[in-house]
Amino acid sequence: MHAIEKILARASGKDTVTTGEIVKAKVDFAEVNDLYLQTIYSFYEMGGKKVWDKDKLCFVFDHYAPAPTIKSAQIHKEMRQFVQEQGLTHHFDINTGVCHQVMPEAGVVWPGMILVATDSHTTTHGAFGAFGTGVGATDMATIMISGELWFRVPEIIKIEINGQLPEGVMAKDVILYILGKLGADAAVYKAIEFCGSYVESLGVAERMVICNMAVEMGAKTAYMVPNQQVLEYVKARTNRPFDILETDPDFKYAESYIFDISQLSPQVAVPHSVDNVVPIEEAPSVKVDQAFIGACTGGRVEDIKAAADLLRGKKIHPHTRLVVIPASNEVFLEANKLGYVEDLIKAGATFSTPGCGPCLGAHEGVLASGEVCVTASNRNFPGRMGSTGASVYLASPATAAAAALTGHLVDPRTINKGVE
Amino acid sequence: MHNVTGKAFVFGHNIDTDQIYPGRYLELVDPQEIASHCMEGADPTLVQRFTPGDIIVAGRNFGCGSSREHAAITLLHAGVGAVVAESFARIFYRNAINLGITLLVCPEITKEVNEGDILEVNLGEGLVINKTTGKTIKGEKLSDYALEILAHGGIKPLFRKITAQME
Repeated sequence: MHAIEKILARASGKDTVTTGEIVKAKVDFAEVNDLYLQTIYSFYEMGGKKVWDKDKLCFVFDHYAPAPTIKSAQIHKEMRQFVQEQGLTHHFDINTGVCHQVMPEAGVVWPGMILVATDSHTTTHGAFGAFGTGVGATDMATIMISGELWFRVPEIIKIEINGQLPEGVMAKDVILYILGKLGADAAVYKAIEFCGSYVESLGVAERMVICNMAVEMGAKTAYMVPNQQVLEYVKARTNRPFDILETDPDFKYAESYIFDISQLSPQVAVPHSVDNVVPIEEAPSVKVDQAFIGACTGGRVEDIKAAADLLRGKKIHPHTRLVVIPASNEVFLEANKLGYVEDLIKAGATFSTPGCGPCLGAHEGVLASGEVCVTASNRNFPGRMGSTGASVYLASPATAAAAALTGHLVDPRTINKGVE
Repeated sequence: MHNVTGKAFVFGHNIDTDQIYPGRYLELVDPQEIASHCMEGADPTLVQRFTPGDIIVAGRNFGCGSSREHAAITLLHAGVGAVVAESFARIFYRNAINLGITLLVCPEITKEVNEGDILEVNLGEGLVINKTTGKTIKGEKLSDYALEILAHGGIKPLFRKITAQME
């Protein structure tokens, strides 16, 4: 069996599971974000009274933090009331950040667990060797009642990534490249394991970027064997015991792909599809109205550093905005301590509250019709970041920073680094 | 399980949840308000032309992107008779079944259906009859558990039975 299958088998009280089998698995931790007030309504509609375990469910206010409208304020109000009534141990209000960053920070994510959240990017937690998957409101309400969820045991695709990235190219470029090669429906209903020498060498943040965007290929979950960096990160944040379930050597993958990224250029997903990917050399040098660095894909310290390194001592183009939203308050403090926040503000950046920001078009920098945005976030669907008449280019934080500086979509490797 | 008959509205591949239900309306909770934006990102004129019972036909990976249940809720309250696609994104698929929406995976569907054709969806047999062309199109039967959920009219009625037994 694969490690993913072993996780599912253990959680459903079985010795073995096979591909295609439907299992009912116990959920180790569940999270509801602030788009999903419906989960509370559905919980009561289905006869729910007390959640199955007050230590294993949390709410994270990230999509509307702080509330931009009266309706979203009402959502927060009703959720806070539920959290208090149910006596939930963990709660992440508007002063924390994006769920996929704050949960690992809070030590509720560990190797071998099953994490279910009302957010498609829950695949992110494969970075920690966890089985993370997204569900909708009603599925979540059934977990809140029973602590279980049914899963189809998925086929598993192996993506081996080897080599060392050239200077100026980032993990985001790697996952965009793979997405472009395999397509937006390459892994529908399947799981993806990322492995290879590149993956083994990666830090926690870069691993999260790659697993985060596995869902853009339709993946149910993503998996990476935890490396030393992950073990250190998790052990520093939780005392909970865990073990790493290993894939059997004779396991047969449904599909296998091998990529070498040693010669990779920065990549761009041009409108309006995540798999419409070209190397920067072939991307149109469009005029850019806004650059965005943030969200669960591109708002970590490493991402903010990449922008600060490029923009230190310079000014962004007068016709371009740069919106920076750290993934969490912890990230914000760290970036501040390291001087990146000051570098970016002096360069002309606009900082906003840690959370999802304009990634899904709710607030904090949405786009008007005809505007162009280069973004370190994850989706460029029509209307995703505001008007359906806007054009969104997905790229690395370095490419987004270069666009802010020059006012055009350009290769970040052509920009001289800022002064120290 | 009863059959569904309705007029087909045909869409392409990778119709994502932002096209089915744009993110700027996510704070809405009233079902009729949610229904008024159905498929707005893909075709803003659809709601005027759509009558309850009509059928959405799509290519591969229908419902990809966000986990928002609004994408299924908007179709439910617009009165969609069924959604037939070459494949579905996983979270949308679960959400729709949970809400009791008739879904069928039909790998050849967009080749065999034109906009406006009258379709009959037979969920029990897992097939679609195109009444306009007379052709029968084979689909994939749903899993037993999914059929059980649909037979109850969605997962809420099924869970109400379970929570009643827990007391």
